Amino acid sequence: MKREEKILYHNFYMPKPEEIQQQIVRETFHLVLKRDDNICNFLEGGSLIGGADYKLIYRHYATLYFVFCVDSSESELGILDLIQVFVETLDKCFENVCELDLIFHMDKVHYILQEVVMGGMVLETNMNEIVAQIEAQNRLEKSEGGLSAAPARAVSAVKNMNLPEIPRNINIGDLNIKVPNLSQFV
Amino acid sequence: MSDMVERTLTALPGLFLQNQLGGPAASRAPFFSRLGGLIRGVTALSSKHEEEKLIQQELSSLKATVSAPTTTLKMMKECMVRLIYCEMLGYDASFGYIHAIKLAQQGNLLEKRVGYLAVSLFLHESHELLLLLVNTVVKDLQSTNLVEVCMALTVVSQIFPREMIPAVLPLIEDKLQHSKEIIRRKAVLALYKFYLIAPNQVQHIHTKFRKALCDRDAGVMAASLHIYLRMIKENPSGYKDLTESFVTILKQVVGGKLPVEFSYHSVPAPWLQIQLLRILGLLGKDDQRTSELMYDVLDESLRRAELNHNVTYAILFECVHTIYSIYPKSELLEKAVKCIGKFVLSPKINLKYLGLKALTYVIQQDPSLALQHQITIIECLDHPDPIIKRETLELLYRITNAQNVIVIVQKMLDYLHQSKEEYIIINLVGKIAELAEKYAPDNVWFIQTMNAVFSVGGDVMHPDILSNFLRLLAEGFDDETEDQQLRVYAVQSYLTLLDMENTFYPQRFLQVMSWVLGEYSYLLDKESPEEVIARLYKLLKSDSISSETKAWLIAAVTKLTPQAHSSHVVEKLIQEFTVSLNTCLRQHAFELKHLHENVELSKSLLQGAQNCEDIVVDASLSFLDGFVAEGLSQGAAPYKPHHQRQEEQLSQGKVLNFEPYGLSFSSSGFTGRQSPAGISLGSDISGNSAETGLKETSSLKLEGVKKLWGKEGYLPKKESGADDKTEMPHVPAEGATMENADHATTRKDQAQGLTQSTEEKEKQLLASSLFVGLEPENTINLLGKADVVSHKFRRKSKFKVAQSDKTPSVHNPASSALDSDVARGDDGCLSTLETRDSELSSESLAELPSVEKLSGVSSPAPSLFADNNMEVFHPPSSSAPSTAASLLEEDPECGHSCAMEVCSNDSVSVSSYKIWKDDCLLMIWSVTSKTGSELTDAKLEIFPVENLKVIEQPGCLLPGMETESSKSFQYGVQMESPSVEGTLSGFVNYQMVKLEFSMNLSLLDFIRPLKISTEDFGKLWLSFANDVKQTIKMSEPRVALTSVLTELQQKLRLHVVDVVGNEGLLACKLLPSTPCVLHCRVHADEVALWFRSSCSVLSDCLSCHCQKVMETS
Repeated sequence: MKREEKILYHNFYMPKPEEIQQQIVRETFHLVLKRDDNICNFLEGGSLIGGADYKLIYRHYATLYFVFCVDSSESELGILDLIQVFVETLDKCFENVCELDLIFHMDKVHYILQEVVMGGMVLETNMNEIVAQIEAQNRLEKSEGGLSAAPARAVSAVKNMNLPEIPRNINIGDLNIKVPNLSQFV
Repeated sequence: MSDMVERTLTALPGLFLQNQLGGPAASRAPFFSRLGGLIRGVTALSSKHEEEKLIQQELSSLKATVSAPTTTLKMMKECMVRLIYCEMLGYDASFGYIHAIKLAQQGNLLEKRVGYLAVSLFLHESHELLLLLVNTVVKDLQSTNLVEVCMALTVVSQIFPREMIPAVLPLIEDKLQHSKEIIRRKAVLALYKFYLIAPNQVQHIHTKFRKALCDRDAGVMAASLHIYLRMIKENPSGYKDLTESFVTILKQVVGGKLPVEFSYHSVPAPWLQIQLLRILGLLGKDDQRTSELMYDVLDESLRRAELNHNVTYAILFECVHTIYSIYPKSELLEKAVKCIGKFVLSPKINLKYLGLKALTYVIQQDPSLALQHQITIIECLDHPDPIIKRETLELLYRITNAQNVIVIVQKMLDYLHQSKEEYIIINLVGKIAELAEKYAPDNVWFIQTMNAVFSVGGDVMHPDILSNFLRLLAEGFDDETEDQQLRVYAVQSYLTLLDMENTFYPQRFLQVMSWVLGEYSYLLDKESPEEVIARLYKLLKSDSISSETKAWLIAAVTKLTPQAHSSHVVEKLIQEFTVSLNTCLRQHAFELKHLHENVELSKSLLQGAQNCEDIVVDASLSFLDGFVAEGLSQGAAPYKPHHQRQEEQLSQGKVLNFEPYGLSFSSSGFTGRQSPAGISLGSDISGNSAETGLKETSSLKLEGVKKLWGKEGYLPKKESGADDKTEMPHVPAEGATMENADHATTRKDQAQGLTQSTEEKEKQLLASSLFVGLEPENTINLLGKADVVSHKFRRKSKFKVAQSDKTPSVHNPASSALDSDVARGDDGCLSTLETRDSELSSESLAELPSVEKLSGVSSPAPSLFADNNMEVFHPPSSSAPSTAASLLEEDPECGHSCAMEVCSNDSVSVSSYKIWKDDCLLMIWSVTSKTGSELTDAKLEIFPVENLKVIEQPGCLLPGMETESSKSFQYGVQMESPSVEGTLSGFVNYQMVKLEFSMNLSLLDFIRPLKISTEDFGKLWLSFANDVKQTIKMSEPRVALTSVLTELQQKLRLHVVDVVGNEGLLACKLLPSTPCVLHCRVHADEVALWFRSSCSVLSDCLSCHCQKVMETS
């Protein structure tokens, strides 16, 4: 069987043993991938992610899925728009984001997510503010790293990445599990 | 394909740019290529096995690198990112954890950032290494570099060891005053995290949360809402005083007062609005006063949310949810209904889903809404999206009644057969079983449905379903012949099922079958016990049977053996299983062997078991009396019941109450097992002509009544029939007209249906079968609560008819006891009552005034009782109806105490009184001059007391009191946390003289009756976990329940909810709204009181007061 799916990254706000995390990620894939595009973006969770109170809310962008898992204290449509905010922010930070950005800069994606959602709670929904925070961090990066950039190397690195090998039907899912209100499962 | 490539290509410049701009490329390039190489390598692989090999290789090289002393922090940083990647793929990278912590500790900013990220991704809350991080966090929190502080706060909010909270708490508290808004915001969320993992550690900073709520920056305020939402969810009554603040905030947000950068798609701060609406919904639940504060702003939100954007729908949905959660207001409800319509009819699937969800929530309060959207609901049933389908079934489940149960259960079974997810099966099977038990129209259907449940649900379903079903078969219900029929049918159907070749049933189902066959196959004439035994034996020999099921099967054979004439199968079985390796089976086989050998014993033992109802159990264990007496005479301590012992323990030292959550008096109705009474009731639909006539003319559906009236035709029925005819024309009943309208629309629909395609017709047909029985309910139910539970009471009410049969004139004294204003009230109301008086006993009539007061909604009076599913629960005993009736009525006036002098001197005297108002205790101090001089400059001040909240209320309630020589001061007092007593002290300042006084306030001053229905009582009872039990010995040898209740009602201001036999249900609340429910049972000279409340201290204090009251009486 062809490897169809790959996780870009996931982030758990609820402490779960490693094996369970992997299981959850697999189940989520399974649930999300088999859904058509023209049906609703909410999925009621199976027993693994915590039963009736938990929902998977996902959005599909080209080959990427952004999935949030939330409990009933979040508004479904609200989260759907939060994903939109997150993706738009990614777009702004990476200037026209594509999945390669997300693959090769997964640490950065984490930092951006940390500005949107902190400890499982929505921290900031204002895109400009998030971008400003990220840029402040980037400035810091610049000042520390110096400007001895070697773009030639970067170009060759990108060239080496056999682009046609990423065909459309490879679903590089982007899993981003967020489970707030955790204490009861610890 | 092509556009993907295109997209990637267009992104390329960005990628270069990124590297140029972000570019510490000297260090970045090798890292980039290494991580990149790894990722590309993994993507290119085709099997899991190869991936594993590659990653293991990578991990071992990483392991070597990180532990090498020459590795610089910079290199470490790169390694960490690769480790994160490996760990994400599910490989163990635990050797790097310690290095991640080191990196966070030692690195410069960038390295620290990676270190923190790695820590928060790798470790879990109780990981031992986490302790090593604490020091770093403390250091970074004190840093002057904002970025470091931010990072530390972020990691704290993600993951932090609970026991180390005190180390960083003061630092984080300080950050709440930080000049940067982002720091304050993150600090608030870090505190939220602490609240989640250790709520008692942050208790002292609640005032700071309040400050955060009032922060000048809206972002900080928004962050603090997370904390408040959580705290209010846990204890809504504690934060009622903040309602106004939340309302004001929401008003400002909705009114566009926030800076424009908070807007999202030109909607002002939508997430903030959603959060606030949720909080308001929690605060306003069951609380009219609080709800009234928010009506305006809800209306405003509904009005403003007009844009056709996803996020406005999110707000609308929250509005609707809140409107239906809080105390109802009809205008808002109307608007909310329109909104739901928008959702349900929307072509967008997400909105449709939410619309269904809203309907499901709302339908319990207003079933007629389902009628408006019936066609949409039908369409959703066949929706391609299983999620929508499931939500629709959930909706249908809520509106199921005895008439549509067949169709709905069929739909559920259809869905069940398609779905494979275990979670869904368990959930759905439970619902089907519940509906089948509650509403089954006949035996055949019931057994068949349960067969489907068992064969599909099989071994994953909840074991309760099985035991409930068996208990139902065994105990049966009122009608013995019905019971027998049910059992016979069950036996027949199981025998047919077993005869089918090559079918496999789940173990649970086989267990049910074997039990039923063992118990009841004797009912079947044509099947001899030998044949049944042979079948069971065949099953026993099958390989697919678990040993547990085998044990069930042998037990069944054991029961059947004495009835059988030939026994060679049994002997064969004994032979085989007495040598079984399974000890349990061997045990069963030996039992069977002995019983088989001793025919006399087995006959006496097993034949009796068939009529297990006849066995009288001496529950009081009186046969042990002699033994007990002997024990006592030898100096043994007398037995104390479990709860009494526990109480004593509790009073000795505050020991935790470990008693499991449960109920012991299920007989009192509201907690009772859901009885399948519908089965017997539904099957004997025997109308009589007068009623059917009535039904046609007024289109009132009175099925409930009809069934209850039986065929005998006793006096009340004829009376009421006559009443109906004469009084019906008077009924202005809006309900009826609305129904007519409904019928008209249905008719119109049907008329349209003729011209429409057959598919449409099918939908119509389905609709009429699904939504039948909902029509008469287009009225606001009592307290807006669902009628779902009322069916449970059917059995009781049936029983009660028999009683009123014995005392046919019982309604006469009752109606004379009716409050005069009810008598004056709507004719329709009375006539409706009359039509049902064979069913309503005196209590319910007498309760009417209070019911009306309670509901307080301007609904047409008849609706309260015209609703055929609204059956008030009646006590099965006929204990003194008049006293009970008077008990259930209460004095609406608020009382006051007489004046009491609290202090005086030569010139003035100060006296005080209490007025027990509905919402607070009003204290009035009046200062009177003895000399007649003017007192205008007198001042009164009250010292603040810890748990009492004192608010000055200007204005005078008692006109005529205020003269020149006297002056009165009013204060509203509320008790913030329950305690038995409180002392209020203060002083009067008059002409330089200071007169101090103090007075005692008892908890009782703050207790008010809580007027709720029996059903709500049941719900409350189950929702509270803190309970306190107390048994009070009375001086009189026999205590009458009514006198006890009167005592409690008058002296403690408790509301008597219901009287059931020798048990009484009472409810009260501590102002402003902490409820406490009380169950009281009388036996001989003892009164057993059982308190439950959301607040354990309240139960304790109340029980203390009860004891005082009872002992003095």
